[in-house]
Amino acid sequence: MTSGETHRTIEATFRIERARLIGGLARLVRSIDRAEELAQDALVAALAEWPKTGVPANPGAWLMAVAKRRAIDAIRHDKMRERKHEEIARELDGSYDDTADALEAMDDDLGDELLGLIFTACHPMLSRDARAALTLRVVGGLTTDEIARAFLSAEATIAQRIVRAKKAIANAGLAFEVPRGAGRAARLSSVLEVIYLIFNEGYAATAGDDLVRPGLCLEAQRLGRMLAGLIPERAPDKAEVLGLLALMEIQASRLAARSGPDGAFIPLAEQDRARWDHLLISRGVDALARAEALNGREGRNSGPYALQAALAACHARARRAADTDWPRIAALYDQLRVVMPSPVVDLNRAIAHSMAFGPEAGLHLLDEIPDVDALRHYAPLPAARGDFLFRAGRLAEARSEFEAAAGLTRNAREKAFLLARADACDGAS
Amino acid sequence: MRVMVFAMATENSDKGMEPTPEMMEAFQAMDRFTEELVTAGVMVAGAGLKPTAEGKRIVSEGTTRSVIDGPFAEAREIVAGFSIWEVKDMDEAIAWAKRAPAVMPGRNVMEIRPFYEAADLADFITPEELATPREGDRGKLGVA
Repeated sequence: MTSGETHRTIEATFRIERARLIGGLARLVRSIDRAEELAQDALVAALAEWPKTGVPANPGAWLMAVAKRRAIDAIRHDKMRERKHEEIARELDGSYDDTADALEAMDDDLGDELLGLIFTACHPMLSRDARAALTLRVVGGLTTDEIARAFLSAEATIAQRIVRAKKAIANAGLAFEVPRGAGRAARLSSVLEVIYLIFNEGYAATAGDDLVRPGLCLEAQRLGRMLAGLIPERAPDKAEVLGLLALMEIQASRLAARSGPDGAFIPLAEQDRARWDHLLISRGVDALARAEALNGREGRNSGPYALQAALAACHARARRAADTDWPRIAALYDQLRVVMPSPVVDLNRAIAHSMAFGPEAGLHLLDEIPDVDALRHYAPLPAARGDFLFRAGRLAEARSEFEAAAGLTRNAREKAFLLARADACDGAS
Repeated sequence: MRVMVFAMATENSDKGMEPTPEMMEAFQAMDRFTEELVTAGVMVAGAGLKPTAEGKRIVSEGTTRSVIDGPFAEAREIVAGFSIWEVKDMDEAIAWAKRAPAVMPGRNVMEIRPFYEAADLADFITPEELATPREGDRGKLGVA
């Protein structure tokens, strides 16, 4: 093996281990920045050692041991022991072995270190954008530039966002632990929200020229798979984690079919279903089945992600658009609006009812949406109304709705699609 | 990117599995490795394959077809199993493959092959052809 190859393998191995390393170190030094520095030092040590000894059987453990030793030495020598270090410093006054045992016990108390990092990066005290950027950076390992391009922001903006987020976490003295007990549900909800936000940005890019950014979806799927692997089966929130994973896998299965050769937007009803990734569908359906089994066992109703996954699975099961079980979809939306009340859900429910029971049913439900005002800048609302009107034969009204919708979307592909629908209202009999 | 990983082994492994202590331990090691791949979000799918004694080869030359029963003793390396991984690049795939336990006695080989993507097929099939709706569920994992 040439030295060059070894370096690349070592760096690739490091990238695999990096997030967990940072999670474990951050517990010690209570700062992501410092944890990243220590992790980097461990990489340098690996680049020096491993070409001679080979990559160790457990590279993560090797890197963690080296980095922790360095961290402990630094804390010991730190003359101005800050208050948050005192507790650790007291533990460290013993021998190194005692220290290692104390650290392991601490880790057991705090839960899995990677999971702890995920929870901390997604802490609700940060804005959603900050959580997303920080999670992609320290958990996903994306560079600031990659994140900036993914969210169509300037690199400087993202860099600033991450710096501020790290600072806020350090100032709050967060322990990088896995939350338990009372606050846990809200904390997990925050994590799921961030992962799904990342996914959605890749699936239905809110702005820009490209309809989809598959790399972001993949990143979110990977985070979802990681989360599902880290949360134990018996945890009460496992079902919703599996629900989110199922939802993302099934939606991602349609990525190749969502845009045409020129990048044009293709709606679900017109997609070539042969281009759906059936491997992802089967993974998603499998995760959904596990979620439903867990809920069934505990006598729980499905949560919002599991319900949305069930909706996606309905579409996935239909060989052709005409085979779609719309009454079942309508019934699922009836359930979803109870656990996840929102005007967007109500809108989608109206669409489902229109498909199951006719355009008049859809128009009726649109008129009944509470808080419809929240949707006044939301292109899918006039788009849906336009569709119902078109199918009800009210073409002039349909045209103005499609035009209104085209005016509201920031996505170039969607706009073109909506304008085409508006044009189709002329001369259609 | 997706890669397919072939776990290949010498003819020793092709004799089938016996629940010896060594084999059970090897299984557990493989199981742990698979768990790591799952938790890392890398593992997409995988399966073990029965020995070539239960396999068949179909050889086509022009219009002739012949069926050859296993075992395929002349093969130096035999596909014992496959999996599909989602990785950032080949470097990551290699890093993972190196962590796989050496399951069978003797020489174990893992072959990693990236999937073809649409761009690779551009000379053979136009984007329009690729996008033309076709009937039926091809159950495909890749792009063609």
